[in-house]
Amino acid sequence: MTGDMMGEASTSIISALLLSILFVMGVAIAHLRNLFAIVMLSGIYSLVCAAWYILVDAVDVGFTEAAVGAGMSTAVLLGAILLTSRNAKPERRFARLGPLAVCIAAGAMLIYATSDLPAAGDPASPANTGVGLTYLQINWADTGVPNVVTSVLASYRGFDTLGETLVVFIAGLAVVLLLGFGERSLAETLRKLKKEDKVP
Amino acid sequence: MMMAALIALIVSMCLLLIRALMGPTLYDRVLAVNSFGTKTVLLIGLMGFVMGRPDFLDIAILYTLINFTSTIAVLKFFRYRSFQVPLARRGEPRAVAPIAGGEPNA
Repeated sequence: MTGDMMGEASTSIISALLLSILFVMGVAIAHLRNLFAIVMLSGIYSLVCAAWYILVDAVDVGFTEAAVGAGMSTAVLLGAILLTSRNAKPERRFARLGPLAVCIAAGAMLIYATSDLPAAGDPASPANTGVGLTYLQINWADTGVPNVVTSVLASYRGFDTLGETLVVFIAGLAVVLLLGFGERSLAETLRKLKKEDKVP
Repeated sequence: MMMAALIALIVSMCLLLIRALMGPTLYDRVLAVNSFGTKTVLLIGLMGFVMGRPDFLDIAILYTLINFTSTIAVLKFFRYRSFQVPLARRGEPRAVAPIAGGEPNA
């Protein structure tokens, strides 16, 4: 029992720590002008995000964040840096006031909305009074998967997930066909045209 | 024992974070990000044992694989300044000039 309590306490402490790391990262990314450093820091941001998702038991979201945020988007952003400059333009003095106001307004609205949310584990909440409870009861006997979310995604809604995967695959294929790889790629063509002075 | 390992891990994560934030060169940041990824993997594995769910270890191993992707991308970026080059060498290696922002003190 004490082991459980200790585990819980350390979980919440580490949770708070990871969230404060995220805050520091966000502020640093907003301040930096070197694009490569920003890409590197956003990689750390995604990794910390993914670790935190796993701590709060959202394993599938954590996977997506790690694969897309830390793995893929770092590569894609580096590719974007290759096509543009290495540093962001310096900003005018009060250029950020408008976006800041929008962010604060949106954040305030979200915080206001959370007051209407039911408490975690509330048996009277809509999530627990509908079909959710049934899934919780029959999930183990039906699929034998310990994580209910995973069992719904991969078993009950297996065909739906297969279709989604297909759609994402086709989208990726279309991007590859449009941009190309190697000698036929868009970047390579632009470079060649630049060499021949056909593009300023 | 686990708690001591956790505390040590968190201290080293904070140190890496400082290195990633301060720089001073881009290569410092790359190294910091790479080892931060390793630390994240270790943290997830350890948290699995602290929370009494050792199956987190599988997730940690998968994270290692994902972490490798971005490292490869960064290395290609520095070495070739392009993602069009295959990693396997065919014949002569390309002549490479360091990228503009890549020098020390950039």
